Amino acid sequence: MSTTSKVVPSPEGFKASDDSNPNFRSVSSLSNGVMRTIEPVGPAFMAFARRKRLGRTFSEDERIQQQSKAKKVEEDDDGEISEPEDPLMLARDPKDWRGQDHYAVLGLSKYRWRATDEQIKRAHRKKVLKHHPDKKAAAGEDDADGFFKCIQKAHETLTDPARRRQFDSVDEAADVLPPSKKDIQKPGAFYKKWRPVFESEGRFSNKQPVPRLGDDNSTKEDVERFYDFFYNFDSWRSFEYLDEDVPDDNADRDHKRHIERKNNNARRKRKTEDTARLRKLVDDALGYDERIARFRKQEKANKNKKRDAQEAAAKAEAEAKAKAKEEEEKRKAEEDAKAKVDKEQGKKAKEAAKNAAKKNKRAVRSSVKDVNYFTAGEPSPSDIDNCLNDVDKVIAGIDVDELAALVSQLEVAGKDGGAVKKVFSDKTSEMVGAGKLKDSELKYFKLS
Amino acid sequence: MSNESNGAGAPEHYAIGISFGNSYSSIAHISQEGKVEVIANEEGDRQIPSILSYVEGEEYHGTQAKAQLVRNSKNTIAFFKDYVGKSYDKIDPTPCQNSAHPTEKDGQVVFRVQDKEGDEPSNVSVSEITTRHIRRLRNSAADYTGKNITSAVVTVPTDTSSEQKAALSKAAKDANIEILQFIHEPIATVLAYDTRIPESVRDRVIVVADFGGTRSDAAVVSCTGGGLYSILATTHDYDLGGKDLDQVLIDHFAKEFEKKHKSDPRKNDRSLAKLKLESEAVKKALSQSAQATCSVESLADGADFRSTVNRTRFQLLSVKAFQKFTRIIEEVIKKADLDVLDIDEVILSGGTSHVPKIAENVQALFPQTTKVLAPATTTASLNPSELSARGAAIQASMIQEFDKEDIEQSTHEMVTVTPHTQNPIGVQVTGQAKDSFTVVIPANTAVPARKTKTIDAPEGDVLLQVSEGDREIKVTKPESKPKTNGTKDDEDEDDSDEDEDDEEDEIREKVYKVKKQLAEFQFTGLKKGTKLEVTVNIDSDLGVQITARENKGPGGIRGTLAAPKPTENGST
Repeated sequence: MSTTSKVVPSPEGFKASDDSNPNFRSVSSLSNGVMRTIEPVGPAFMAFARRKRLGRTFSEDERIQQQSKAKKVEEDDDGEISEPEDPLMLARDPKDWRGQDHYAVLGLSKYRWRATDEQIKRAHRKKVLKHHPDKKAAAGEDDADGFFKCIQKAHETLTDPARRRQFDSVDEAADVLPPSKKDIQKPGAFYKKWRPVFESEGRFSNKQPVPRLGDDNSTKEDVERFYDFFYNFDSWRSFEYLDEDVPDDNADRDHKRHIERKNNNARRKRKTEDTARLRKLVDDALGYDERIARFRKQEKANKNKKRDAQEAAAKAEAEAKAKAKEEEEKRKAEEDAKAKVDKEQGKKAKEAAKNAAKKNKRAVRSSVKDVNYFTAGEPSPSDIDNCLNDVDKVIAGIDVDELAALVSQLEVAGKDGGAVKKVFSDKTSEMVGAGKLKDSELKYFKLS
Repeated sequence: MSNESNGAGAPEHYAIGISFGNSYSSIAHISQEGKVEVIANEEGDRQIPSILSYVEGEEYHGTQAKAQLVRNSKNTIAFFKDYVGKSYDKIDPTPCQNSAHPTEKDGQVVFRVQDKEGDEPSNVSVSEITTRHIRRLRNSAADYTGKNITSAVVTVPTDTSSEQKAALSKAAKDANIEILQFIHEPIATVLAYDTRIPESVRDRVIVVADFGGTRSDAAVVSCTGGGLYSILATTHDYDLGGKDLDQVLIDHFAKEFEKKHKSDPRKNDRSLAKLKLESEAVKKALSQSAQATCSVESLADGADFRSTVNRTRFQLLSVKAFQKFTRIIEEVIKKADLDVLDIDEVILSGGTSHVPKIAENVQALFPQTTKVLAPATTTASLNPSELSARGAAIQASMIQEFDKEDIEQSTHEMVTVTPHTQNPIGVQVTGQAKDSFTVVIPANTAVPARKTKTIDAPEGDVLLQVSEGDREIKVTKPESKPKTNGTKDDEDEDDSDEDEDDEEDEIREKVYKVKKQLAEFQFTGLKKGTKLEVTVNIDSDLGVQITARENKGPGGIRGTLAAPKPTENGST
């Protein structure tokens, strides 16, 4: 503790603890630490945990971190290629290479037909490094090169585009089975379940890209294009891979031809079956597709709309016509009624006039009777007759108005015989003057 | 790319941070812009009351459920979080006095509420209630983010037992949430501040005080190595929180009411519940403004109540409660064997930290160099109610990519328990004042650690001493002539803490003394103004490598100290 209160001295008499390091002297070690728990939280802890678990020092960790950032271009998905190897697969007989799953052998069963050439190359290299017979021998396993041959065969098959297509054609593991009716009960399940089916079928298409199934919101054109595409599917799928082995040249030539023929027939048959299968598949999908029903309904609704519109127009027209007709009839009826009324009114007037005339005539006649036919005392029948004849002649000679005037004149005259006679005489003379009456015809009201 | 479409089939997973408190819960996530976002539920609340209420078989949650405390207290479950994972004889049922009471069934805690339609109330276990609560939080988060929430990071108090964690995990699992990790609330709080500016995470000692609704905790956290946190000490007060301040207001208002109407609203459950709700609102309002109004319709006997209280009155009334809050901070510092001078930062979290007076009291406790992060003391503070949810969200976003197993391995004691330095390691050079001591690695640093410090060196031949130090608090009493201490204390005065000399109190300073010398370096013929760069690297077995070199100079001197023998007692 004596050093604590002193200023650090100058380095006089400095003694190094080790000759190789003349300027350093170690005095003692660090005190023992206190064990504490670090909270496993935060970015710094993640780095700490990485260092501790992997036993790295600071600089090592930094280096590896940087490296892992930089190297990304080179080994991108190394981890994706590695998959567990099935012991059954490892024990496969390489002679039966046709039966093997080439993708699984290379550890690419996740990718299958999607695997790129680059991935195949890398996967092959990785498998070779692991399963090379020399390595097996070094590990003490005696000539277990069966799986290595499988690897080579798989690589051979998958790197040759023609042969890869042949294998892909019959790669059942990549097929997606169509869903059952029950699977697609839920809303939206149709698209979810059928999409992978069509994606897997689409891999055989010569035309790429393959239209997609879409979803509930796809337009009618898209949906139609999709089904058209699959109904007119141009497939490269072929079935050579399943051919029976054709015997070598030295075998029986007839037998060879027979087998070839058989193979050809089998290929054709399978191809036909496949086409039929796809057709049925598309039929099924189409049958379950709600969009189709919906589009039909819409179309129908559209059509109906047109028809309805037409009908409505026709109806409107008919109505207008009927209305016009009705109006016409109404008008006519009104007119008729009016005419009738008019007619009746005329008749009445006429009758009234007639009645009035009759009355006037009677009045005229009675006027002469009232004055005793212009005689004093009892008139003789011939006097009456003569007088009435003249009066009648006057009446016949004049019209209604004149008659009325005559009547009023006669009324003024009253029962005065002279006045009445004067009225009549005036009238007859007027009538004679007008040529309506001849003086000779008159017997009583002579001008004289 | 065709090969990428295959990988997209994996189920989308999204993790959020949940802070599940006794009175309030919050949820947070990292938005697409990389910012922490506290999620508001359907009602727009970011602090969601941890309350569930049942009315005729219908479930209410959050604020709506809280309102039911008045009318339907029997079927309203509140303050259930502390019961999770505990047996009936271990729980404290006091907080539930005004809501559904916990009862025992087979040693488990259950609430007897009528949560379905019908007449018969059913027993709902705490774990079931927690599941329902978490499910509601999850739904709110899912609605807000539009993502399927699969996992979460949950904050827990430091004293949470593994049974409680297991029970919480199970309850969350039933709500379809996998809890990726439990993190301690004080650490989440620190993380919420640190990740705002991750580059500038300084090594420091932080006191995190969490003043909640029903309980308060404090912890001393040391942050070293650019963000490695270790808890040095914790204290808990299970009966101190915002409720004490509410109680002060309740008493105040109740007395006022009694004066007018001759009846005590505290005697009636319903009146008390009304007054309690309103008092909490008044308390919150007083944190924002200088005065607040309490108004309750038909408080008791059909009489309405209306009263105004100002902040000063409130502060006077609750002096005692405020003292308790500062006391637990003092307590935890003492427990960590530290002094207030050792504390670089104080973070106040929890809803009660909004109260300005509490923050002021805390600030008064520490020297001015100590930063107190609370709304009342600095505008740079975050909302104290949201801190732990934020921290949890940050952690969640960091670990959601990892497997559960990977996380478990990383959080295993084999990894997390690590030696920490006992004493600070510092350097001294020739020509410096005798008690100057430049700390390179502070005490309580987790090893392995590496740090570099640059110091000024004098001209000529220089000896550089590396040693373990001992921090002491030097108390200077400004005896008779406090005004003249500027000349008197000249020789033993450090460069720090000159500004407090006018106070009547004693002056407290932090000084380091050399406790144990570790190594010496010799430099000859240094030019004027040379700087020496010292790098100390401690291995996980406490072996030390020290490199000292002239600034920008080549090579430098490298020295190694052997690791101490485990049997050797280094503390003497």
